[in-house]
Amino acid sequence: MSAEVKTPSKLEKILASGELAVTSECGPPRGSDPGGIKHKAEMIRDYVDAINITDNQTSVTRLCSLASCIHLRLMGVEPILQMVTRDRNRIAIQSDILGAASFDIHNMLCLSGDHQSFGDCPTGQNVHDLDSMQLIQTVRHMRDEGKFLGGDEIKRPPQMFVGAAANPFADPYEIRVSRLAKKITSGVEFIQTQCIFNLDKFEQYMKEAGDRGLTEKAYIMAGLTPLKSAGMAKYMKNRVPGMDVPDEVVSRIAGVEKDKQAEEGIKICIESVQRLKECPGVKGFHIMAIEWEEKVPEIVKGGGLYPRPKV
Amino acid sequence: MIVADQKPLEEIIERVKDRRKILVAGCNECVTVCEVGGRKEVGVLASALRLYFANQGQEVAVGEITLERQCDREYVQQAREDVEAHDVVVSLACGVGCQFMAEEYATTPCLPGVNTKFMGGKVDRGIWAERCQGCGACILADTGGICPVARCAKRILNGPCGGSTKGKCEISKEVDCAWQLIVDRLKSLGRMEDYEKVAPIKDWSTERAGGPRKAVREDVQL
Amino acid sequence: MRLNYPANIKIMRVPCTGKVDVIHILRAFEKGADGVYLVGCMEGNCAFEHGNFRAKKRVAKVAAILDKVGIGGGRVRMYNLSSGDAPLFAQYAREMTENILALGPSPVRTSGIGSGTTAANAA
Repeated sequence: MSAEVKTPSKLEKILASGELAVTSECGPPRGSDPGGIKHKAEMIRDYVDAINITDNQTSVTRLCSLASCIHLRLMGVEPILQMVTRDRNRIAIQSDILGAASFDIHNMLCLSGDHQSFGDCPTGQNVHDLDSMQLIQTVRHMRDEGKFLGGDEIKRPPQMFVGAAANPFADPYEIRVSRLAKKITSGVEFIQTQCIFNLDKFEQYMKEAGDRGLTEKAYIMAGLTPLKSAGMAKYMKNRVPGMDVPDEVVSRIAGVEKDKQAEEGIKICIESVQRLKECPGVKGFHIMAIEWEEKVPEIVKGGGLYPRPKV
Repeated sequence: MIVADQKPLEEIIERVKDRRKILVAGCNECVTVCEVGGRKEVGVLASALRLYFANQGQEVAVGEITLERQCDREYVQQAREDVEAHDVVVSLACGVGCQFMAEEYATTPCLPGVNTKFMGGKVDRGIWAERCQGCGACILADTGGICPVARCAKRILNGPCGGSTKGKCEISKEVDCAWQLIVDRLKSLGRMEDYEKVAPIKDWSTERAGGPRKAVREDVQL
Repeated sequence: MRLNYPANIKIMRVPCTGKVDVIHILRAFEKGADGVYLVGCMEGNCAFEHGNFRAKKRVAKVAAILDKVGIGGGRVRMYNLSSGDAPLFAQYAREMTENILALGPSPVRTSGIGSGTTAANAA
């Protein structure tokens, strides 16, 4: 992997330098008050290199990712714009990318988005003018060719560091590494995985990806979520698609008294950081602690990832 | 073929309850095959309407006619005498037929008796499923004969998305994940290397987005 | 067996209840029947395998239509018995008669509106 950087992204710089990067995510409010998101960002800004802002997650209408990212940018925090293809056609997509670039936002995560039937507007349309792979291609095209999809020149092309999600545990399992390869072919530069509880399976996935040379072509960041309780562990195991929570993990957290389970969940998370630091191809960690952002500093410190490098 | 569902009887009654001469018009093609608008169903609806009006104590005439198809002016014109003898037509043909009827008999209201849904085929007795969305630029050769535009809830062209679970779509356990089907098919065709080809951004101008469409065969026009 | 059953019942014999379609039952009501019931083989013992299941579904469909048009779905029923069970046949006949008497005459008859009115004779 060449250590050259293509954008002003701080996240890219840290990854290119060979240091493990750390990102986290925040969900915007269901209203127009940016206070909550700014507060969360402030709480974790010294412990992470960049913060993802989700985009109408689960199809529930919220303050948009773009506006939230702008708030973060104005605070001097590095945002990662998450963009789903569900709600926008290619005109709006290119337009929003330029909007982000106009505020010098340099990181983007390209996603399809959950089906609208899960959210608060199940009777709405979905767009998917582009899918997530084609969105990756689009951003790279706008950045590297400096052109719109239609062919015209872009004045001041966006300088986006392009990311996507990967789920080593989703169905069908046999194409997991193929999908990663496809995203890389489309132009993705960094990957944030779905949260990992089955470390053996993840390490196997990373080995297969490494065998194909994929870990040299994109920076793969391991996704981790601290468990708050045995209930949460069971819920994620049984009710959330694409999630692999081994029995040992559930019994470990269930084997502890209720009021100590959150602490155990943090411990499990920190141990995962320690173990995956040694996993070849893992270039960083993406810590997802939605509504539990206050634990991010503890996890980052416990994982030996504090202080964050200055670039 | 075009697949439709019957409109709820109460909805049809609401539309015709103040009429005195109603013609129920069926079609011998698609809606006959999916058992919502053929001769049989015309008979049942007409009978139900007569019972309704008898119950209301109202003298209402309900006529029945089933055309070869309603999407062809030649056949639609054959109904002229019957249409002129009634003051409203309830068409059990698909949305196409209903519109052709309405256009031919512009002074007689032509109301739909079915909800037209999709292009599909019979998967089992009493079950018809969607297979084609008429995107106008068929990609079945690339996807092993399974259409992601019609069968993927997000019409993703480089799927599956993260919601695919045990071969089913995230929206419902009853819906197959089109991309799981495509992967399985590519495997059985020995074409798994095609899976890694990135499908290009689609030109949607040939589908609904581009506006109402026509198909023309100049060589058969006079 | 020469058992008695009510005289107001008109029997239409069919080779299998599966031969009875929705329209046949609806027409009977159009022509003024106060009630219609089907008597078929025991479920699982249909001589033609599924005939009585088809009939069951059609009866349910007719009942739904009759409810929606205000005639009342209680006027149509499906019964199952084995063909040798004459006493049960007579019992069902009595039961159906009582059921219909309780519901009263069909509104089609009481309204005096002719059945099967077509445009031709309404004009």
